[in-house]
Amino acid sequence: MISDPDVVGLLYLVAIVCFIVALRFLSSPKHARRGNWIGGIGMLVAIGTTLALDGIGNWGLIIGGAAIGAVVGLVGARTVKMTAMPQMVALFNGVGGGAAALVAFSEFHVAGGDVSGDEIVSIVLSSLIGSVSFAGSMVAFAKLQELVSGRPIVFRGQNVVDSAILLGAVALGIALVAGLEEQWALVALIGFALLFGVMFVLPIGGADMPVVISLLNAFTGLAASATGFVLDSTVLIVAGMLVGASGTLLTLKMATAMNRSVANVLFGAFGQVQAVAPGERADDGRTVRATTPEDVAVQLSFARKVVVVPGYGMAVAQAQHDVRQLAEVLEERGVDVAYAIHPVAGRMPGHMNVLLAEANVPYDQLKEMDEINPEFAQTDVALVIGANDVTNPAARSDPSSPIYGMPILDVDKAASVIVMKRSMNPGFAGIDNELYLDPRTTMLFGDAKDSVVKLIGAVKAQ
Amino acid sequence: MTNTSLVVELTILVLAIFLGFEVISKVPTMLHTPLMSGTNFIHGIVIVGAIIVLGYADDGVTKTIGFVAMVLATANVVGGWFVTDRMLEMFKRRPTDRERKR
Repeated sequence: MISDPDVVGLLYLVAIVCFIVALRFLSSPKHARRGNWIGGIGMLVAIGTTLALDGIGNWGLIIGGAAIGAVVGLVGARTVKMTAMPQMVALFNGVGGGAAALVAFSEFHVAGGDVSGDEIVSIVLSSLIGSVSFAGSMVAFAKLQELVSGRPIVFRGQNVVDSAILLGAVALGIALVAGLEEQWALVALIGFALLFGVMFVLPIGGADMPVVISLLNAFTGLAASATGFVLDSTVLIVAGMLVGASGTLLTLKMATAMNRSVANVLFGAFGQVQAVAPGERADDGRTVRATTPEDVAVQLSFARKVVVVPGYGMAVAQAQHDVRQLAEVLEERGVDVAYAIHPVAGRMPGHMNVLLAEANVPYDQLKEMDEINPEFAQTDVALVIGANDVTNPAARSDPSSPIYGMPILDVDKAASVIVMKRSMNPGFAGIDNELYLDPRTTMLFGDAKDSVVKLIGAVKAQ
Repeated sequence: MTNTSLVVELTILVLAIFLGFEVISKVPTMLHTPLMSGTNFIHGIVIVGAIIVLGYADDGVTKTIGFVAMVLATANVVGGWFVTDRMLEMFKRRPTDRERKR
């Protein structure tokens, strides 16, 4: 077995290089898949090296644990539908955080609490962050899987209770660092951290999910990195920190795309507003106009340029394949079709891109917000499929709106707008969408998938 | 395990932060989901910690904790990798084979 620490260190360095190259290759969809393979090789090198360390035993448990984990991971990864991808990412993120916390805890346990100063700091950080990430990810999973309500769950005094829980965990952490060598303290710290993880994700939901998922991703990376300090393992420190940096950057990008601070997303759960039924809207006499698939088909068939604006509603209805088909039918008639992708459309960063890629939509048809916005003025029809807040003009015009200042897709600049929606329920932000009252807007109510299928038939009949 | 000092480890940590920001900022928006899932896979590196804990464990509590950590970390590694691969496979397709049915 490998007994020379330098050889071990060099092999871990190979793994680190593989991980960096893997991330580097993600800069283009062309090499990205090869990059993932390189990352995989790096992981195998790291695992192989660790297994070959002097004195490693308990082979039965190692193999048994690895077998169970591998089956769970493989079955989960292979069978999950693309529309369920956000919760899968949350789940795999959570288990990583849990593992990091457990590793840190067992180091404390083995040493009987008698650990050096920098080690206890790392143990406390890893247990704390790892547990928050584990519990938070599980709640995020449950919300996305709709095991619990995806809407924000709020109660009076929530921030006070949350702060008290976090304070409890931090106080225990400080006591441990200050020299309290008691195992119960670390157990209690983990308990508080788990509770905090649950409490801090519960009030966040729906459209804010991309921010939370990226943040939890960063947390698990940080926990892994802290575990690296506990074990004096550079590969853990570096790999964990790469993830920490990535998750942090994504979190900030997502928050920027909503023009909100991360703190506002996490602690400022939006209030809910009652929905307005079609035609009932009283103010300034404007009403919502409903339309039929046949009317929409005529508009689409004779348009020169159509921009599809997908949102979470498309994901829920699993309409991505039918949307692609509709686009193809239109293209055969000479219509120019593009897709407008808002950075926070869906429930995780890049959600719409993955769904449309699954449906074989060529990625050069997917336009980012800055690229597509100037094109709406030359667009005949903007077809909004299950997107809401990211199209709300109130973000530009109404300073009292909770989404004021959020960069949006300028669909209201198009000659006409067709909004496909299940009902008049407001979007996640719980606010009415001015767009629906615009004279150029018509609404096509119903399940997105049904509506798109009907549209395909109606366009073909033209 | 190598006997690196805390300062060296902190130096490595800080360099990794800058490297991480540098590399990640080049990832296009389109690939943000695979990026998350790919980094998800990479933090599966805690499996190294799980193996060390379990491999050197000699009391029941440590064995139990190590075993659970092993299961979780392996699920993280295997699941993270396959999900990423599945996603990236879709992105690889070129517009020319669009005709191929779902």
